[in-house]
Amino acid sequence: MRASPRLTQAASLGLMWGLAAATIGVLAFIIIYILAHGLPHVTWGFLTESPRSMGREGGVLPMIVGTAWVAGLAVVIAAPVGVATAIYLTEYTREGRLTAVIRFGADCLAGIPSIIFGLFGFVFFVITLGMGLSIVSGALTLAVMVLPTIIRTSEEAIRAVPQAYRDVSFGLGSTRWQMVTQVVLRSALPGIGTGIVLSIGRSISETAAVMLTAGSALGLPRTAFDSSRTLALHFYTLSREGISMPNAYATASVLILAILAVNLSAYWLMRRLAAGGR
Amino acid sequence: MEYKLRTENLGLHYGDFCALKDVNISIRPQAITAIIGPSGCGKSTLLRCFNRMNELIAGVRTSGRILLDGRAVHDGAAGLTQLRKRVGMVFQRPNPFPLSVFDNVAYGPRVHGMHKGADLEAAVEKALRATALWDALKDKLRAPALGLPAEQQQRLCISRLAAVEPEVLLMDEPCSALDPIATEHIEELMRELARRYTIVIVTHNMQQAARVSSETGFMLLGELVEFGLTTAIFKNPSDKRTEDYVTGRYG
Ligand SMILES: Nc1ncnc2c1ncn2[C@@H]1O[C@H](COP(=O)(O)OP(=O)(O)O)[C@@H](O)[C@H]1O
Ligand SMILES: [Mg+2]
Repeated sequence: MRASPRLTQAASLGLMWGLAAATIGVLAFIIIYILAHGLPHVTWGFLTESPRSMGREGGVLPMIVGTAWVAGLAVVIAAPVGVATAIYLTEYTREGRLTAVIRFGADCLAGIPSIIFGLFGFVFFVITLGMGLSIVSGALTLAVMVLPTIIRTSEEAIRAVPQAYRDVSFGLGSTRWQMVTQVVLRSALPGIGTGIVLSIGRSISETAAVMLTAGSALGLPRTAFDSSRTLALHFYTLSREGISMPNAYATASVLILAILAVNLSAYWLMRRLAAGGR
Repeated sequence: MEYKLRTENLGLHYGDFCALKDVNISIRPQAITAIIGPSGCGKSTLLRCFNRMNELIAGVRTSGRILLDGRAVHDGAAGLTQLRKRVGMVFQRPNPFPLSVFDNVAYGPRVHGMHKGADLEAAVEKALRATALWDALKDKLRAPALGLPAEQQQRLCISRLAAVEPEVLLMDEPCSALDPIATEHIEELMRELARRYTIVIVTHNMQQAARVSSETGFMLLGELVEFGLTTAIFKNPSDKRTEDYVTGRYG
């Protein structure tokens, strides 16, 4: 006997709903579980104090500062380079061997596990360039790591800008540079912004690569050449070494909230930018 | 007779494909010249030669000469910006930038180095007046251009062009994305603009060519088959192929 089309339809719809619900459910469970265990310990003091006795006591202020430094600097370095590369690939050169090589390289980089970037950063920035375990070393390593994401998302956003805008701009006598900066980038901004936000999120939550490059100093970093432990690494250390599970969950909660805040404000900003042109 | 634009044995290849062959056309100043012909005959290609937009496409080769005010529109980057400033193009679909009304019109002046607020505002107002948009939009200068109705968008595109004070307006089927009433309005605007500008319009709408233009060229397979007064082309064509086309025997 065959199932009636209607039944198949209903069954497949149900299955899909179920799978979607399961996906969201798992995600929600993880977040709620962590926040439930962590939020009660996230007090004002936790956010504004330095850790004491390896993090068993005290707060995570140096980690918040360190994370902001490392992730912020990484994106500040990677975004201009990545966007410029994307502009070069799309607007300044015809498809050829060079673009293929750059794109292939970017795709390869995107598939490499972060610990390898960490190792590279350790050997290159920390040792060879003598930057030591520091915020700059970590930021540069993360910049290399997120570069492919920024290049590819920017490239796609730029390609999606209608050709007509370019024709009109040239038709009005603009140079290519004026066309790129005033029309193409403005139209592609929401897409480029999405790639940058993804990169910020990845930088904030990266652990392996920063462990080997930014180090795990507990003090408040004073300059970009100080070593600094990020939130993700602190969380890893607290739980891995069994120092304090409540503080580990609290740190994870701060991390989750930070990522949420970055995404929400970026989303809001992007809506405003897009609204300016629509 | 004075001519604004003139081609001498103009030819163009897209790779191996010959899109224009020995085109000789002379465009009068302050008049509307229409180019008609079936789809794919090279009308847009010819239009794009006038402001050298074809050069953006890979594999394009041209031969012959184009004269603007009797002087050759030369090759190379020199004079390209100047040429595009003098010879502007309106496209088939209204395509304002995703910017505000003001920024759209101010785009050209800014590109050419006008940044002073007062000058810029005056230029924008003048350009919007030229297309009779000022009264409708003077309170909406900060509104996004893509939110305007299609006809206003196309007018805005013409304003954007007018703001760089060109001498020649190239219009590539400027009404094909508009409804009949909007089309009528744009045609009226064209007649108005023809007092100051030299207009070349490509259209596959023969009634439109008959309504607005004083001279018409008929193209077929990359050749300019016939060129002359619009009345003559439509009432009394000398070439059999033109006659077939204007009486509706081609599509
Ligand atoms: N970028 C291009 N590359 C190759 N061939 C093209 C290109 N643009 C147009 N053509 C060809 O040139 C011919 C003339 O095109 P076009 O000038 O757009 O015609 P029309 O505007 O009269 O419809 C067509 O056969 C078209 O296929
Ligand atoms: Mg065409």
